[in-house]
Amino acid sequence: MDLDVDRPGVAAVAAGGALGALARYAIGTTWPHTPADFPWATWSINVSGCFLIGVLYTLLARFRPGHRLTRLFLGTGVLGGYTTFSTAEVEVQRAVPAVAVIYLAATIVGALLAVWAGSSLASIGERRK
Amino acid sequence: MMTVLLVVLGAAIGAPLRYLTDRYVQARYGTAFPWGTHLVNVTGSLILGLVLGMPLSPALTALIGTGFCGALTTYSTFSWEALTFARRGEQAAAFAYVLVSILAGLGAAGLGAALAGAL
Repeated sequence: MDLDVDRPGVAAVAAGGALGALARYAIGTTWPHTPADFPWATWSINVSGCFLIGVLYTLLARFRPGHRLTRLFLGTGVLGGYTTFSTAEVEVQRAVPAVAVIYLAATIVGALLAVWAGSSLASIGERRK
Repeated sequence: MMTVLLVVLGAAIGAPLRYLTDRYVQARYGTAFPWGTHLVNVTGSLILGLVLGMPLSPALTALIGTGFCGALTTYSTFSWEALTFARRGEQAAAFAYVLVSILAGLGAAGLGAALAGAL
């Protein structure tokens, strides 16, 4: 595989990803759940992470379009490591049916509304092109 | 304390692997559809289903599950990509991307659990 390894980029993503995962782990251990409960920890992590990526990517595009490493560290790294798709899917699969359906829908709707809200908030005052 | 370090280690591998996979897939298959994110999300769901279905030690679960799979997969980039489709007026693509990711992710998680049960 021909990879012109982007060492600073990889390092930024690795460091950011470790920090994001640490935050996710801390929230998950203080807010555990059983298959009969709604997984509030993962839901809150994913929805807040989607809101933050909406804010971050919109602000970077507006004010710092050239800051590739900032985007990689905070976006791909911290928020990528903080939010998790796999845990959400496995929790749906392991939850009791009623919780599974509500959790699945609440995560998708919450995540999409959050990223839209974050991006819209960060666009306030932007001149229309 | 040990568990925390294992989560950090797993994430320090999973997150850059997601980044490199995405770059590789984009270079090869273009940027019209986020196949890179889709690939890591589905693969990570399969591995996590497998890991949580097996009688692994809490240390290995922290390393591979919470750390590696958690950081390999991403909900934030996924939803940003869906929003980007919608903003470009490609509502059908946004809908298809979300639907295909969720269905494939659930299928992969279920497959991983079934594999773990069979082992």
